[in-house]
Amino acid sequence: MIVNIIFALILVLAIAFFYRNVSIIAKNIKLGKSVDISDNKSQRWKTMFLVAIGQSKMIKRPIAGILHIFVYVGFIIVNFEMLEILIDGITGSHRVLSFIPYYNYLVSIFEIFALAVISACLIFLFRRNIVRVKRFHNPEMTSWPRLDGNIILITEILLMSAFFSMNTADSILQIRGEEHFVYTGSFLLSSFLIPLFEGFSSNTLMFVERFGWWFHILGVFAFLNYIPYSKHFHVFLAFPNVYYTKLKARTYISNMDSVTNEVKIAMGIINESEAGGEDEVGTFGAKDVKDLSWKNLMDAYTCTECGRCTAVCPANLTGKKLSPRKIIMDTRDRLEEYGKGIRKEGEKFDDKKTLINDYISHEEIWACTTCNACTLECPVNIDHVSIILELRRYIFMEESAAPSAINSMSTNIENNGAPWQYSAADRYAWADELYINE
Amino acid sequence: MSNKRLIKVPVVSELASENKQAEYLFWVGSAGSYDDRAKKITRAFVKILEHCKVSYAILGTDETDSGDVAKRAGNEFVFQMQAMQNIEIMNSFEIKKIITCDPHDYNVIKNEYSDLGGNYEVYHHTEFIDKLIKEGRLKLNTETFKGKKITYHDPCYLGRGNQVYEEPRFVLKQISNDFVEMERNRERALCCGAGGAQMFKEAEAGNQEVYELRTQDALATKADYIATACPFCMTMMMDGIKMKDKQDDVKVLDIAELIAMSENL
Repeated sequence: MIVNIIFALILVLAIAFFYRNVSIIAKNIKLGKSVDISDNKSQRWKTMFLVAIGQSKMIKRPIAGILHIFVYVGFIIVNFEMLEILIDGITGSHRVLSFIPYYNYLVSIFEIFALAVISACLIFLFRRNIVRVKRFHNPEMTSWPRLDGNIILITEILLMSAFFSMNTADSILQIRGEEHFVYTGSFLLSSFLIPLFEGFSSNTLMFVERFGWWFHILGVFAFLNYIPYSKHFHVFLAFPNVYYTKLKARTYISNMDSVTNEVKIAMGIINESEAGGEDEVGTFGAKDVKDLSWKNLMDAYTCTECGRCTAVCPANLTGKKLSPRKIIMDTRDRLEEYGKGIRKEGEKFDDKKTLINDYISHEEIWACTTCNACTLECPVNIDHVSIILELRRYIFMEESAAPSAINSMSTNIENNGAPWQYSAADRYAWADELYINE
Repeated sequence: MSNKRLIKVPVVSELASENKQAEYLFWVGSAGSYDDRAKKITRAFVKILEHCKVSYAILGTDETDSGDVAKRAGNEFVFQMQAMQNIEIMNSFEIKKIITCDPHDYNVIKNEYSDLGGNYEVYHHTEFIDKLIKEGRLKLNTETFKGKKITYHDPCYLGRGNQVYEEPRFVLKQISNDFVEMERNRERALCCGAGGAQMFKEAEAGNQEVYELRTQDALATKADYIATACPFCMTMMMDGIKMKDKQDDVKVLDIAELIAMSENL
């Protein structure tokens, strides 16, 4: 039938377009420097199970955490129902899985989750727009990020509502014994809506049922293709991003191998030929997104702009310009722009812009205390500090543009072995005249 | 009864020249060596080591800055120069175990020196005091701070960074029966504002100093003593107390100082 062909066509297009956009994101992430994160597989799976699948960090803020679990579990469960919709759409069958024993109970469970999703999304909308929870209204939450959040919530409510109206109309048609509408037994929640729809003729109800069905499935296709343009991409990237979490101490910062070789040569530990000779050293630190690691860039695409990081940042809490969420959002926005340029013009692309200055100012970069409150708070284990540090490395080692007090500190360490101007010979003057009572 | 004894702090190289080796290296760090306030922490901790007859020694002039602040400021060259000098010295003396009072040096030696060839068993002094108590080598007097309220500020590099939350609390609860938590504690503790090389520069423009906000947290507990376990947190909390003009009501002391005081060392 023509409808089934149209459906199949839309399905193929939706998947193809989604695939295209996801591969663009994958390509953008691969613009980052390579780092090897293939160690400790079992611990990585464990972390992913706990933090991503198990939402262990989400529930640390219980209200948002539990509501988020409603939406997250609801989203996954209700998607089982997509399987039936896909088969019905392609083959022209109706509720093809209704032969399954207790099918109506299964659908009823879906309905419970669908209601949970609707309720949670309504509360989220209320928190964002009426209560105006502070973290959704920081300066980096300009009109687009705020609209993005609302679009996602409203879409989810509409999709779930379509599911309910489809089920209600279907139930009445089943009771009326209309051809094609096999009796499945009643559905727990939509059965309460029957009185609202009962007055309609079977033809109207068939229209409502079909409309709900098409709205639901087309809505899902549209939403699927909206996600790569949205902060909502975390629904896919949260899992790999948590898998690739830094497993060392939270305050561990990697040692730069390129520097290690140079220092070893300078100290006479190895000579230049042992160090590998003429290897391209590259840029120290990061001036732009391409200088960051692919993991830093994956972090940027994983962020869903919840702002828990910024809400605990000591710099931000005391009115400084630094917001860890903005660092991540800027990295993603710059990467989108940079990736687009590279795909259009190839390697020679240069728009005279950089992540430092054009997106992130020195003022923000130097305000970080590296306290790691942000990284601990992030429900998807984004490492904000790592990006800030790469930017500092560039400013310090490539531009020599660190604040002057920082430069003196560093010079003191080089000359005196301490960040202050004291003589190395006095290093244990503290031990003079030290008495103990025995 | 009380007998004052002059402590001669053992130095690793001097012991080595007599073919002797101490069990632990006490890594003093730059702050503990030069900062006037932090030197008092160093001295208090040495008294505890002496009191418990721990086999320890310091590097003396063989020690140089750990490079931590340079690294956090983005100067990886200076960091690695410092790190490699220190590793070379420590490895040449076959150092195995290290204790330090500075959570930043603790973090850098424990986690970052290992990539550069320095592998040691590293203790923060709060972990070490906890160990001394649990091994029965340090018996504490509960009289000194009786009826005094003590709160504890978690240093970021000790707590969030290295998961040392319980040892400092265990130690404080040995000397105080009125230990009180700040609203933000353990992994949610607010930074004092000194980390990431902030200690060495002016703060960026804002509406408050970070240390002021953290001091408010501490003062809200109505504690008589604010305990810290980091020389930089010490500076910040002292500044906060002065800013609030509370230096007569509240004392900021390192856990090592509180322990030395409780034992009248």
